[in-house]
Amino acid sequence: MEERQTSIAQLQSIFTETGFPYFIVPLEKVFSLPTSALIPGTSEADSSHSSYKLAVNQYTKENQTLREEKVVCGVSQLRIEDCSAQQTLALERLFSSLKTLTAKEEMLQMLRQHLILHVARENNFSKVMMGESCSRLAVKLLSNIAVGRGAALASDTGFCDLRFGDVVIVRPMRDYSSKEITFYSRIFRVPSVFIPGLDTKNHDKASIQSLTERFVTNLQADFPSTVSTIYRTSEKLQTTKTPQDQSAASDSKCLLCLCALDAKTNNASAFNATLISEQLSQRKLREAAVDSSRQCCVEDQTCVPGVCCSSNRNPAPTELNTFVCYSCGLMVRDMEEENSLPSYILTEAAKRQSRSLQKQQIMEFLLEDDD
Amino acid sequence: MPVQCSRCEESRAVLKRPKTGHSLCKSCFFWAFEEEIHQTILSAKLFNRGETVAIGASGGKDSTVLAHVMKLLNDRYDYGLNLFLLSVDEGITGYRDDSLETVKRNQQQYELPLKIVSYEELYGWTMDAIVKQVGLKNNCTFCGVFRRQALDRGAMMLNVDKICTGHNADDVAETVLMNVLRGDIARLRRCTAIMTSSDSDGSIPRCKPLKYAYEKEIVLYAYFNKLDYFSTECIYSPNAYRGHARAFLKDLESIRPSSIMSVIHSGETLELKEGVKLPVQGTCSRCGYISSQALCKACVLLEGLNRGLPKLGIGKHQRLHGKILAQEPLTENEERKLRSVDF
Repeated sequence: MEERQTSIAQLQSIFTETGFPYFIVPLEKVFSLPTSALIPGTSEADSSHSSYKLAVNQYTKENQTLREEKVVCGVSQLRIEDCSAQQTLALERLFSSLKTLTAKEEMLQMLRQHLILHVARENNFSKVMMGESCSRLAVKLLSNIAVGRGAALASDTGFCDLRFGDVVIVRPMRDYSSKEITFYSRIFRVPSVFIPGLDTKNHDKASIQSLTERFVTNLQADFPSTVSTIYRTSEKLQTTKTPQDQSAASDSKCLLCLCALDAKTNNASAFNATLISEQLSQRKLREAAVDSSRQCCVEDQTCVPGVCCSSNRNPAPTELNTFVCYSCGLMVRDMEEENSLPSYILTEAAKRQSRSLQKQQIMEFLLEDDD
Repeated sequence: MPVQCSRCEESRAVLKRPKTGHSLCKSCFFWAFEEEIHQTILSAKLFNRGETVAIGASGGKDSTVLAHVMKLLNDRYDYGLNLFLLSVDEGITGYRDDSLETVKRNQQQYELPLKIVSYEELYGWTMDAIVKQVGLKNNCTFCGVFRRQALDRGAMMLNVDKICTGHNADDVAETVLMNVLRGDIARLRRCTAIMTSSDSDGSIPRCKPLKYAYEKEIVLYAYFNKLDYFSTECIYSPNAYRGHARAFLKDLESIRPSSIMSVIHSGETLELKEGVKLPVQGTCSRCGYISSQALCKACVLLEGLNRGLPKLGIGKHQRLHGKILAQEPLTENEERKLRSVDF
């Protein structure tokens, strides 16, 4: 706890020097997030291509102070004493229920993103700038490929991330390698704070993310063009398009990361092959006991064959896998207790499930849009 | 405590599947493995009835298992296919001639007709001679390009409808990673396709029935089936760039076994931005093989070898295609750049 206080004090001193208004939010706040954090908002700027000039003119007419508030470094706000011990315990429970470090890091990323999004929405910010450098994004691209987020690569590592609708996430530092940034901050004496992450002091193979980092750094030493080549590759990608229709949009997006659902069981895909392997390796009877495409205790190698865990849980969590994309599904499967997820995720999942049940009931009466 | 097989729950489990972690007995594992390949073939609609299919056989574990499973499934599910074994002799002493003996044994074991094509007869160069000229670093390019053409030429000689190769899940995942690291967008999009597109110009489609089978499972299958295969690595492979991607993938697999499928999944679902320039398929003006440039890669490489300019095919050389076609001699500067080889 004391380390947190010292870090916050250091951060505060840096922020006050910049003169910008700042926010410091403890991670425990995720437990009091509303479900709107999972729903993409509508953005008014959709048709703004031709009216860009008008928008700019209108904007410059507004107050100067508003312009400063628009730019926020994507870190923190609030006082840390505001969060209750109960929330801290819940957070610890959530992270301890994730068995692998990879899943923990992914969960942390996801929660951070939701929190930043929520704070941005509350304070009416339309853009959030993240400070990821070229090197860091190259590592992120590779580790995203390794966890199966191919469909969302452009959103996660591209210049702007449009999947949240009203809030746009931009990454202006993506052209600069970490060496350049280090030199700059050394020469110009930019103060910085080091906060140990989840994988600090762990061995390299503890998680996929740290393994990728080591791999890219080593490769970069032998082949200096590695990072820039990966960066160029990421520039040429785009995110899988979601249906344009707004009302259907939230249903066809992943519950947790808000990209298009890619875990469809269409023919001859890797996902389909994984499901088939699951089915073929287990007793056939179990197929009838488990509903929809959810199989139990997948990569859990401690699972004793003969015990079906899914029958002991209430219906809502087992359906979670149908609403998330492939990689979020892997993360969820690594969890022992899905109930330790923050309530906003669980309520949204329950809501979607009831909606899909409703849709099933009225399926025959719905008219499909002609594409 | 002996663990029961998770599928039949009767016999004792003898292995743990690398893909899913379930413990299975021998017969259930065989069944699951074969059934998965069968499902892959069905869902991707790889074959049609009555087709002639050439199995690219190198004598290694992938192609041996492929030959075994293809024959088995063809009989079990009555695909109605005519199967051939097709093997390529690259001329690597100590490696290829030994593996060819294995292929000949396979031919007798599976009772499938065999055809061998060699680089020597097709191009006039063996891999050993090529490595002497090119060096140890870029020779995999030569071998790969030549082998693909050799497979196609052999298949045309046999008059087959499809070629199938033993590329497994690890191979496809490595290729995805390698293409990201090399920035090869065009290949990145195509490399996860289970079958190459069959165009009207008559190129024979190639497919990968083992695409979703883990390498470790293939080894397990071969081991328990006591299949006869050749297991030494190519003597030139340690210096290949693919080795880096392979080491990375092995580490990923040790952290999370499903990573291999995740990489393939990412490769399948990623999309390119509209407007990214992709090469258009045409034909080579010299040999008539399919190519996206004026000259196909094999012709360029051969030209380089024959002229004593080993680096002609490596790196960007599009501007020189016109010159090569017109048989003009290259300028001093260009020759100097192309001749330098670092070992």
